[in-house]
Amino acid sequence: MSVNDRPVFVLAGTGGGDLRSLEDYRRVGGYVSLEKARQMGREAVLEEIKKASLRGRGGAGFPMGQKASFLPSPAQAHGPIYLVVNADESEPGAFKDREIIVRVPHRLIEGIQIAAAVIGARACFVYIRGEYLSEYEILMAALAEAEGAGLVSVPIIVHRGAGAYICGEETALLESLEGKRGMPRSKPPFPAIVGLYDSPTLINNVETLATVPKIIEIGGDAYAKIGVKDSTGTRLFSLSGNVVRRGNYELPHGTTFRELIYDCGGGISEGRKLKAIIPGGSSSPLLTADQVDMSMDFDTLQKAGSFLGSASVIAIDERACMVQLGLRIGQFYMYESCGKCTPCREGTRWIETLLRKIEEGRASHAELDLLVDVCERMLGKCLCPLGDSDAMVVASYVTHFREEFEAHIDQGGCPFGGSSSLEGVRSPVDELYRGRVRQEAAR
Amino acid sequence: MSAAAPQTLATQIRDLATRYPSSRSAVIPALRLAQEHYGYLPPEAIREVAAALDTTPAVCHQIASFYDMFQLKPTGKHTIEVCSNAPCALVGAEKVLEAFERELEIGAGETTPDGLITLRTVECLGGCGRGTVVAVDHRYREPVKPEDVPGIVEELRRER
Repeated sequence: MSVNDRPVFVLAGTGGGDLRSLEDYRRVGGYVSLEKARQMGREAVLEEIKKASLRGRGGAGFPMGQKASFLPSPAQAHGPIYLVVNADESEPGAFKDREIIVRVPHRLIEGIQIAAAVIGARACFVYIRGEYLSEYEILMAALAEAEGAGLVSVPIIVHRGAGAYICGEETALLESLEGKRGMPRSKPPFPAIVGLYDSPTLINNVETLATVPKIIEIGGDAYAKIGVKDSTGTRLFSLSGNVVRRGNYELPHGTTFRELIYDCGGGISEGRKLKAIIPGGSSSPLLTADQVDMSMDFDTLQKAGSFLGSASVIAIDERACMVQLGLRIGQFYMYESCGKCTPCREGTRWIETLLRKIEEGRASHAELDLLVDVCERMLGKCLCPLGDSDAMVVASYVTHFREEFEAHIDQGGCPFGGSSSLEGVRSPVDELYRGRVRQEAAR
Repeated sequence: MSAAAPQTLATQIRDLATRYPSSRSAVIPALRLAQEHYGYLPPEAIREVAAALDTTPAVCHQIASFYDMFQLKPTGKHTIEVCSNAPCALVGAEKVLEAFERELEIGAGETTPDGLITLRTVECLGGCGRGTVVAVDHRYREPVKPEDVPGIVEELRRER
């Protein structure tokens, strides 16, 4: 398939630029789907979304139509129903929702209005991460324009977060939106029954909702023909790391990593060799360079012991020390653990401590086994995917690059001897540590 | 600060609360307003937010201490936040951070002695496509290379 034949839905009409104004968006057929959806009625719209087999783009990949079906109908519900839009994009490697908001904010607003009508929502809340300040302003400007044109029949409230990765987890997001610490709830009950303010709530990611207008436009069956079985349609792949052209590429599911990294991304910078691939954001277990011809779809990745997650592909070249990479990612989970459940709160700290010892050449072979043991003991015992992700990801680094871990132990230090691309990299956790060391020294 | 200012802040906070089905949902936006007003969140700011929302300071403090963007201690007039997560680290974030440390003569996590600039490392800012991402007073600069650092610092010093 040449570049020009590629189907484009989420970024359709942008032509490499943006469609921020209502006028520009209308010029490419904007808000026609909203009108069409209103004429079709809520059940017919839901049917099209189901036919499209649209799976959630936030990371979990749950079918949107099925999720919407779990909610009681407006007539059966005892109170209001809410739609919550997850725009708390914080997964390391992910920057696609930001691009949608900046380039086609009206497509998101249109998708929100269509979905809100399907579930009979009383109000919609967009939870946008606090760091996205310019993005918030762009979304607010688009929303004001849409409201002014009478396109917003279900009110949209845009709520800014305040810096917490965990709020991307849907129940932590609800807690945060209710004015609490972002700590996940135990499930069941699921948000479809007991969600925001104890009301039935549908939570969808930005990209999922921004796909809905095109599904209504071309029909669910036509949409399902794009991509591969059980991973329909296109995806906004965020490509980062050691490639020539980093950025977002909208491609059908089923495209290979090779096509993304080499054809779209121009290959590995400075002619270096690919060493490993993080396929779906930092939470997804690692793939090695020999898996580069794998198809990027939900099922293939799952069979390979990883996941497509948020479709955030990080290419890593041969200069990276995998212990340093594992440590940096482990520090992220330690810093972002909310502290509610013990396996995650303690486990993420254990993983960080052991990885640090290995990197510094102070660990024994028994401690490498302990690291794997800690990961295994955390798995499946955490309240939400954060701790599980840390455990799974770090275990995958050891599995694929065990000889590198062992070399640190045998040589009493990093075998890269300062030449790793990640040499000396620091993290917010280091600032906490150093502050503590200084306080102790001052005593 | 004028004596009328806290009144205005309380009014703004009460106004925020009306947007939500429950006023408690306004705690985060209210703390953000208070932080913009005071520069950080001293105990009196947290008490003020609590009073305006008819809740307790403890409720507000547990939020302020949980989220990364709230500061319980004074910070510099300007903040420079350097992403150091894997995607930026792979393309040289550490070199950018070191350049800021050299230029400002402070370490990450510290504030210049004149109170002008706080330097921090932060987790992924969602700019991996154009890293290294640096947020200067919460506005993204991307990509930032070590050679861009003196210019950014100079800009903030000139602004004061």
